[in-house]
Amino acid sequence: MSTVALITARGLLGRRRALLLLPLPLLLIGLAAICRANNLSPDQWGQAVIVGLGFAVVLPVVALIVGTGVLGSEVDDGTLVHILTKPLPRRDIILAKFGVAVLVTAITTTLPLFAVGLLAGSAELGIALAVAAVAGSIAYSALFVLLSLLTRRPVLLGLVYILVWEGLLGRFLSGTRVLSIEQYVITIADKLSPTDILPSQVGITTAIVMSAVFAVVCTVIAINRLGSFSLAGETS
Amino acid sequence: MTTQTYPAETGAVTGVVDLANVTRWYGNVVAVNDISMSLGTGVTGLLGPNGAGKTTILHMMAGFLAPSRGTVTIDGKPTWRNPAVYRDLGLVTEREAVHGFLTAEQFVLACAKMQKLADPAGAARRALELVEMTDAAHRRIETFSKGMRQRTRVAAALVHEPRVLLLDEPFNGMDPRQRMHMMELLHSLGDRGHTILFSSHILEEVEQVAGLVQVIVAGRLAASGDFRKIRRLMTNRPHVFAVRSSDDRRLAVALIAEKSVAGIEIESTGLTVRASDYGSFTRALPRIALDQGIRLHKLVPSDESLESVFSYLLEA
Repeated sequence: MSTVALITARGLLGRRRALLLLPLPLLLIGLAAICRANNLSPDQWGQAVIVGLGFAVVLPVVALIVGTGVLGSEVDDGTLVHILTKPLPRRDIILAKFGVAVLVTAITTTLPLFAVGLLAGSAELGIALAVAAVAGSIAYSALFVLLSLLTRRPVLLGLVYILVWEGLLGRFLSGTRVLSIEQYVITIADKLSPTDILPSQVGITTAIVMSAVFAVVCTVIAINRLGSFSLAGETS
Repeated sequence: MTTQTYPAETGAVTGVVDLANVTRWYGNVVAVNDISMSLGTGVTGLLGPNGAGKTTILHMMAGFLAPSRGTVTIDGKPTWRNPAVYRDLGLVTEREAVHGFLTAEQFVLACAKMQKLADPAGAARRALELVEMTDAAHRRIETFSKGMRQRTRVAAALVHEPRVLLLDEPFNGMDPRQRMHMMELLHSLGDRGHTILFSSHILEEVEQVAGLVQVIVAGRLAASGDFRKIRRLMTNRPHVFAVRSSDDRRLAVALIAEKSVAGIEIESTGLTVRASDYGSFTRALPRIALDQGIRLHKLVPSDESLESVFSYLLEA
């Protein structure tokens, strides 16, 4: 693991900060466990818990906290300068931070989603949800790392994307779903383990290609932006 | 506006850091206006009042701001969008943010590793010794005082022994002993052939450390060269005092005959006295007041702010 990745991981997870990531996954497992304990059919609760909470809230919000945490917090407090004043290609810095974001988001979301898949049906569904969550972690992390370099309020902008673009417009305007990571995740999970619980609304090719496009394009732009990173002067 | 340029008596030989006709603006605000300077080895002070553009200049030198016009180079290579310059450049920013969850040793070692040094542990140890931080090296930085943080940041900036070290207000927050140690450190680095540029708004700080000075006022280079000559120019300016007494009018009449007094204005709030010689006037005033039986209520040098000194320098 590179020094940049190590510092990033310690800054992100050190001093009980990791605990902040736990409530949402625990809520997800808790709700599924309660439904299962009450002998409710997965058809009754599966979609609400897996899609409504897991894919629409837990995955993007965890990715937002982590993705903006790996870079945005260092931009905010000025510690990023210590990393930037090194003769490191900006590509290496972004890839290290992106890698940490993907790893932490994926671990935090795949385990509870796998557990929920088990409770809702089978290990096959659990694996499908976990794999889809990994794909979502990659695309969301690339987007939120980039937002940290594009705006001083990456969390706000990220929430607008999650709540307004994916949550609101994605529901009513079918055209917006092509640019919705949530839809890619649902489709990938549904393709791996077809079930009525997962209402896929984009094609699998679109889902895979667009996830990759999100990851690659956002990362390339982030590398370029970091190369032009400016510090404010006293009169700015 | 004219720039006072004096031949360097110490230090600078060839330009390591060069600014050529550099201008930087933010929207409609011109922060740095057509500045050219060349820094060689040794310690140079970047002196100017707050808001003069010192930090903007340092950030452009360090590759963290693109000049709107002109070029900024280190060894002939542009600093903007060129991370390779950090092999030869160290920067200590004014903002004291550090990864507080790391110990001083971990932090400096991480910097050494990111510089891809052959012996990062040895380099980190040497850098911490240089700033006298070995005793506290195993403590987390968030537990440090401001001065200790500053020294840790200097160690991190020096760990790869850069040829050029830029420091923005490095003495802020240091106690007198730490300040003296930092001054000695900068001196020794300068003597060893490093190019050191530090910014300050305090004349005395620059005087004690730098033989050469670049004076920035309102985004422009107001003076450049040997500090002692610039300091003399500053010291020889007329001094303005605000005086209030039991009988301002009679005191004014008595003072105007004094050789060191260049002019007097009588106002409702008291006298404004312009003295051509600081020492003679401050010795003569109590004597004259005593002779005249006038009680002095107030004597305040009213032009001692740094801004007024710089303004004078600009007009000279």
